[in-house]
Amino acid sequence: MQIEEWKFTAKDIAEKTDLFMSGHRACAGCAPATVMRLILKAVRGPTIVTMATGCMEVVSTIYPYTSWALPWLHTAFENAAANASGIEAAIKIMRKKGRIKDEHVDVIAIAGDGGTYDIGIQALSGAVERGHDFLFVLYDNEAYMNTGIQRSGGTPLGASTTTSPAGEVIPGKLEAKKPIADIIVAHEIPYVATASPYYWRNLITKVRKGLEVEGPAFLHVFAPCPRGWRSDPAKSIELSRLAVETCVFPLWECISGEYKLSSPSKVIAMAPQKKKPVKEYLAVQGRFRHLFTPKYEKLLDEIQRITDQKWQKLLKKCGIA
Amino acid sequence: MAKEKTVLTGVHFMSGDIACAEGAIAAGCRFFAGYPITPATEIAEHIAARMPKIGGVYVQMEDEIASIAAVIGASYAGLKAMTATSGPGFSLMQENIGLAAMTEAPCVIVDVMRGGPSTGQPTLPGQQDVMQAKWGSHGDYEIIALAPSSVQEMFDLTIEAFNLAETYRVPTMVMADEVVAHMWEKLVIPPAEEIKIVNRKRPNTPPEQYLPFMPEDDLVPPMACFGEGYRFHATGLTHDEHGYPQTQSSEAQTKLVQRLCDKIRKNADKIVRFEETMVEDAEILVVAYGIVARAALSAVRKARENGIKAGLLRLVTLWPFPEKHIAKAAEGAKAIIVPEMNCGQMVREVERTAKETSVFHLSKLGEEPPTPMEIFEALRRHSK
Repeated sequence: MQIEEWKFTAKDIAEKTDLFMSGHRACAGCAPATVMRLILKAVRGPTIVTMATGCMEVVSTIYPYTSWALPWLHTAFENAAANASGIEAAIKIMRKKGRIKDEHVDVIAIAGDGGTYDIGIQALSGAVERGHDFLFVLYDNEAYMNTGIQRSGGTPLGASTTTSPAGEVIPGKLEAKKPIADIIVAHEIPYVATASPYYWRNLITKVRKGLEVEGPAFLHVFAPCPRGWRSDPAKSIELSRLAVETCVFPLWECISGEYKLSSPSKVIAMAPQKKKPVKEYLAVQGRFRHLFTPKYEKLLDEIQRITDQKWQKLLKKCGIA
Repeated sequence: MAKEKTVLTGVHFMSGDIACAEGAIAAGCRFFAGYPITPATEIAEHIAARMPKIGGVYVQMEDEIASIAAVIGASYAGLKAMTATSGPGFSLMQENIGLAAMTEAPCVIVDVMRGGPSTGQPTLPGQQDVMQAKWGSHGDYEIIALAPSSVQEMFDLTIEAFNLAETYRVPTMVMADEVVAHMWEKLVIPPAEEIKIVNRKRPNTPPEQYLPFMPEDDLVPPMACFGEGYRFHATGLTHDEHGYPQTQSSEAQTKLVQRLCDKIRKNADKIVRFEETMVEDAEILVVAYGIVARAALSAVRKARENGIKAGLLRLVTLWPFPEKHIAKAAEGAKAIIVPEMNCGQMVREVERTAKETSVFHLSKLGEEPPTPMEIFEALRRHSK
């Protein structure tokens, strides 16, 4: 399947009205807030957003204000995708019956890692299996930041959180990050992709593709959280580049089952000497600080090994290597 | 494995959530499955840090449905198990609370109540889940619910909850509120040997004669755990003493469901706990629980200073409800005031049991619990 790519210039984006507006209460250096703004820059017409409980819901809707300049519905933690299913199906039948104007309405469901990997996966799996025409955006800050940094299915191996605290007994989280995007690919839906806010153009393009495609689309967006990652608030966007450059979070898309590397990751695939060591990415985050002590430093090699292995696997899926 | 003390004997300055976690550990809880939610998250966080050091398990589950289900599993596997949550999570747990009641799996559920319904006011206190505690799952069953009103009680009543859960093989709830959970005050943890611990009754019959759901005189069947040589069947379907499904038999349904209710109802006198202050000669009574009872106590004292014969009956067990005692206390009183952080829940129980006495509800939602002055004003108004 071919999806027509939306051509735009930086000027187009700058001139396009913001639908996620300033004045929200996100922390300094919050990448998820940047991600929200970028997502809505890609909107093409009438759009409804439904959002699970999470940081972005909380900071953007503090009474009596809202950052959302479009119809927006807060849902319970577990069911952004189910909510979107209802919206999409209702709009569809109302258009068909002539009860509303016959024009296309895009539906976007947004959730954090908790609302996607963990409590939200049942609703997500059900919605994409039923084939609702909507885009699900996961903003992944790799833990429950809203309730104060508890581990999630999206928290990477070795990260210290308040419920996987690094100490005498455990080296932070003992389990690997759940391969959520691959799980959605396995549902055989038309469009799945990963994105990172440093590569903003790539991110906007992918949101637009997700909207344009007929049927369900899933976008996994990397979103550093300085409070939870114990990182410098000024470095969130830099971290979202480092994650790609170290192949911790490669950028790809999968259109009707065909994996394809996106250019920032493709550059590394073509010139492997550009691939940076994972240590560079881990060292600037307090949540991995214990990995740089003698007790747990072995885990650093393990993380590098796993990252390399996953990268190789991805290259194979993309028909490179 | 590093070993840390399980009972932190001594005088502490602690938050209610942490005291609850320490109470669970002191009671012998070695399994916690949970999911982060304000204002109960600190319980999970504290237990996550403590369990690895004392040979226990903390598992963060993918949601609250999974959390309570894991707790039931752990309970049958032989550990004392609990979970902690708040309103939205408590709602998700309801089906499995019914399963725990039906399979008679001893377990403790802490609900730190915030403002509802739905997401409501996550950081503010509520007492809106107290009826849900009793009626939340479908079908007839009984549970036990306790309402702590101090950090000390967050510790003490969590231990009590485990003891009751183990004694009666019933899901037992600690219905705390956000204020009690988040406030810091003095906590005295006694020496381990002074803490009363109850463990579930074990079978005293050989495996081949064991009937897993055959009750003894107290209506509670002894409990074997998985892997101990007692082969048995546990199910959420209506079952007979053997544990086997009896989905067509009215006799089996009546016998089982009636017993699930009766084992709490008929033992209510042993379970019920409350605290009376100046009730004996009281002409006007306050019935309160949780943090609200603290404000009520202050109001009652002020009323006495002002010549109003007021008294306080503080509910420690919400369920079973201390019917007899409310009825008795109500006899001499002209009026009863029930201040609650909801639109009128336990007040209905008071009305039902107090019969002749006028009952007034003082509702307060959001922001803060009713203040002593607000309760005092109500006492003054209704004592005229």
